[in-house]
Amino acid sequence: MSKTRYSAFKVVKEALTGHKGWEPTWRDAEPKADGYDVIIVGGGGHGLSTAYYLAKNHGITNVAVLEKGWIGGGNVGRNTTIIRSNYLLPGNEPFYELSMQLWENLEQDLNYNAMVSQRGIMNLIHSDAQRDAFIRRGNAMLFADAGCEYIEAKEVKERYPFLDMDNPRFPIKAALAQPRGGTVRHDAVAWGYARGASDLGVDIIQNCEVTGFNIENGKCLGVQTSKGEIKAGRVAVCVAGSSGRVMAKAGIKLPIESHVLQAFVTEGLKPVMDNVITFGAGHFYCSQSDKGGLVFGGDIDGYNTYAQRGNLPVVEDVCSGGMAIMPSIGRARLLRMWGGIMDMSMDGSPFIDSTEVEELFFNGGWCYGGFKATPASGYCYAHLLATNHSHEVASAYKLDRFRRGAIIDEKGVGAQPNLH
Amino acid sequence: MIINHPLLGPRDSEEFVYLGSTDLINRPTNWEDEASAEDFYQYQYIRENVAGDHKELWYHEQGDQSWLVVTRNTLTHEITNVELAQDVSRAMGRGK
Repeated sequence: MSKTRYSAFKVVKEALTGHKGWEPTWRDAEPKADGYDVIIVGGGGHGLSTAYYLAKNHGITNVAVLEKGWIGGGNVGRNTTIIRSNYLLPGNEPFYELSMQLWENLEQDLNYNAMVSQRGIMNLIHSDAQRDAFIRRGNAMLFADAGCEYIEAKEVKERYPFLDMDNPRFPIKAALAQPRGGTVRHDAVAWGYARGASDLGVDIIQNCEVTGFNIENGKCLGVQTSKGEIKAGRVAVCVAGSSGRVMAKAGIKLPIESHVLQAFVTEGLKPVMDNVITFGAGHFYCSQSDKGGLVFGGDIDGYNTYAQRGNLPVVEDVCSGGMAIMPSIGRARLLRMWGGIMDMSMDGSPFIDSTEVEELFFNGGWCYGGFKATPASGYCYAHLLATNHSHEVASAYKLDRFRRGAIIDEKGVGAQPNLH
Repeated sequence: MIINHPLLGPRDSEEFVYLGSTDLINRPTNWEDEASAEDFYQYQYIRENVAGDHKELWYHEQGDQSWLVVTRNTLTHEITNVELAQDVSRAMGRGK
């Protein structure tokens, strides 16, 4: 295992010597016969970051990440790349703020260019009641040191002249911004964590589908996979989107429904939007990628599904949200649209917890906010796996919180997953 | 998706509001019992989250305001059966 350190010097050196010194970014491994201390099921952003922080923060390196397909092929590969820590509730806000702090140091930590761009996020305000709600949220953000900025309508208009300030139904009254929010190159997050984990000794095993759990007397002893049985001291499931199907193999039912979320990108345009803008009266969020495409998304389709494609009514709904704030988007042609499966939980908040099966752990229920949580999710999951205790900022993410009435419902819509 | 309404014929799913699994018809009836808290917890929060044929409740909000039980495959979106929820509910021995 030799670690290539990426730097400008290395790029120049390789350019002059025929690019013969580059090595694979991570080591493709096969399962060890004598098993692992920890097996992480799911090689997405959260699984790979969990492996990385287990090795780096806790010195646990006898770890395997099992991935059914190829790493980073799930929701970390198909999101709208937005990062932010502008939550309201105490169960959430410190967690997402830890995530933001980890994003800020991610590239130096991993020595990997994840194109973390703190271009800022701006949530538009369309009514007086919404202004009150957003100012309350802004105060919650200030309490958590996440930082925020209230922007008057005049300044919003100066910064973004393409916005439809005087829309008859949804006039823009002001905005709440988080200047530290932004976007990250999503695939690079998976690759960077894979490289970091692999360099610390973690085995990344692709094309290895978990088909069952070996559970004896209420204790998980390992997993059955398409590459045979693998023994494990501890099994950590981290497969948001497929949580229901995977945990059913262990006989565990979850407070989760699977739903599809669609996202869209237009053809490449000249620079127009230098931050992330969200519509406050409907559901629409948009940023411009480095290639120039406007990347945007909106609501989930709203019915249980495992099919990775959505239907047209939601396409129309999302696009009409875009038209309401920036009519010029109507002239842009859609280049691609796609759908991914979300774990929609009963209160819109995630889970990082142990389960009723000993040595079997669960991380999921990220609804459609999992990407921004990637670093903190791995950080806190690793903490739980290494110490048996929830990390303090993730201590509210318990599976039994509904039984206790300790829900974390940001939107306040109750146990109705398609409304979160 | 087109939902073949038993009374009104084929209607666009956009006219409907989705609630969730038909398990939600089976609200526990033992609410006066102290031990019913667990039953209500299971009813309200825990889902089968089926991958395959899923029986689910759709409300025809922009139509005749009826509740339907739709059998739809969650892997393909194919709808194979649509019934009036009141008929399903009666068959379960609930309602009048």
